[in-house]
Amino acid sequence: MTNKEHEKYLRKLKFSTAKVIFVQIFLLILFITLWQILSNYKIINSFLFSSPLKIFETITNLWKSNDLLIHMWVTLKEILISFGLGSIIGIFVAALLWWFPFIPKVLDPYLTILNSLPKIALGPIIIIWAGANQNSIIMMSLLISVISTIISIYVGFKHTNKNSINLLKSFHANKFQIFNKVVFPSNITTIISSLKINLSMTFVGVIMGEFLVSKQGLGYLINYGSQVFNTNLVMAGIILLCILTSILYFIILFIENKLKKE
Amino acid sequence: MKTILEIKNLSKNYLTKKQSICAVENINFKINENEFIVLVGPSGCGKSTILSIIGGLEKKSSGEISFENKNIKVGYMFQEDTLFSWLNVLENCLLGLKIQKSLNKKNIKYVKYLLKKYGLSKFEKNYPKELSGGMRQRVALIRTLAIKPDILLLDEPFSALDYQTRINVSNDVYNIIKEENKTAIMVTHDIAEAISMGDKVIVLSNTPAKIKNIYDINLKNKNIPSENRKDENFNFYYNLIWKDLEQNDK
Repeated sequence: MTNKEHEKYLRKLKFSTAKVIFVQIFLLILFITLWQILSNYKIINSFLFSSPLKIFETITNLWKSNDLLIHMWVTLKEILISFGLGSIIGIFVAALLWWFPFIPKVLDPYLTILNSLPKIALGPIIIIWAGANQNSIIMMSLLISVISTIISIYVGFKHTNKNSINLLKSFHANKFQIFNKVVFPSNITTIISSLKINLSMTFVGVIMGEFLVSKQGLGYLINYGSQVFNTNLVMAGIILLCILTSILYFIILFIENKLKKE
Repeated sequence: MKTILEIKNLSKNYLTKKQSICAVENINFKINENEFIVLVGPSGCGKSTILSIIGGLEKKSSGEISFENKNIKVGYMFQEDTLFSWLNVLENCLLGLKIQKSLNKKNIKYVKYLLKKYGLSKFEKNYPKELSGGMRQRVALIRTLAIKPDILLLDEPFSALDYQTRINVSNDVYNIIKEENKTAIMVTHDIAEAISMGDKVIVLSNTPAKIKNIYDINLKNKNIPSENRKDENFNFYYNLIWKDLEQNDK
């Protein structure tokens, strides 16, 4: 009896997930078809709004001329470098601030100012300092992501359960052991979630940077497309960017789920 | 009996910008080997502060804490079980040894022996969230015992548990402490718990914590805590301590 009931419940559960996925796919297809039909019948101006077929054509052309992978790779490389550097610097500085409570007290107003400053305002000066090359893009993206990473991870470290720290003190643990055995492991979820934010900030930074200075990359593609009034290229760039960021985001979600299970 | 710890004129002030708050004032008592002492007092009176000072987690303002043996090892057990969710039962129990860098085969064997003796060896590889509240408290006690402390400090160790579990776990903890021949100081606000577990009960006043009375608990048939609650003399002590604490409020 109970088994049958359970089977029925499982079937219902499966059915409801299937329903959600079906509607999701349906909406996507509906959107693309409508867009195509509207531009076919000249209801919307395909010169301004492009059309799915034209975007697809543009992407195939990019693929044929071997440009597609180059642009994607350039952007991906910049994202990975900035994200990696940003994460390492973020965790390291947060640990430093936790270790020496005097430093965060001193730095507090400076960090607040830096955090609230729109980093894009520093763009021109970064180009002057780092040169009109990839270094500027990475600098830009680091500036955007690293401060908030530092702050959120540091806050996590600071709010580590006092009882857990007292427990280690009762075992006469030294400061490094307290960090290593409690503060860091108990903040793994905080770190992962701030890295998730860091990743989206890095996207913003890299595309910003590519708008400012670049000869390759998806940001360049979008920027160049808009300058020559080629909306097909702009849309193609945006869609490729969507694909790239989704892939990276799912990788991080996957890692997060894996860590949570343990 | 051998005295292993003597506390003389212990005082503690908490300093804030606005004021200096006296939390503990002029505490004097002695602890003999294998004795179970209970500090009982109203919530927030400074009981836990006394334990933290004995355990070296906080600094005293004045007074003296003299251990008979300088190299005495203190084991601490907290209100929450503070088991680490990312470590399994065995790893949690070995934490203290790891930190004190005395993790060797002999000590691991001792921990495994304790786990087996107190019915936890099946759960060695389980994570804390998979255990019941009572089991977690037992694991926490074994983690404390693993470093072979000479004196155990228990800071309201059962207050996070429901009533039924609380009585069962206090039996378990009491038995473990007596079987391993440990000296213990426990802090609680529960009068019944204090009488049923302690050899000696120290009643503290409201903030600042001062010693109001010290009772040697003489029960007709000293047994496990749950049985002690039914003892003839139990109510006698209960009323005495109740009155002491009642006077606090006036």
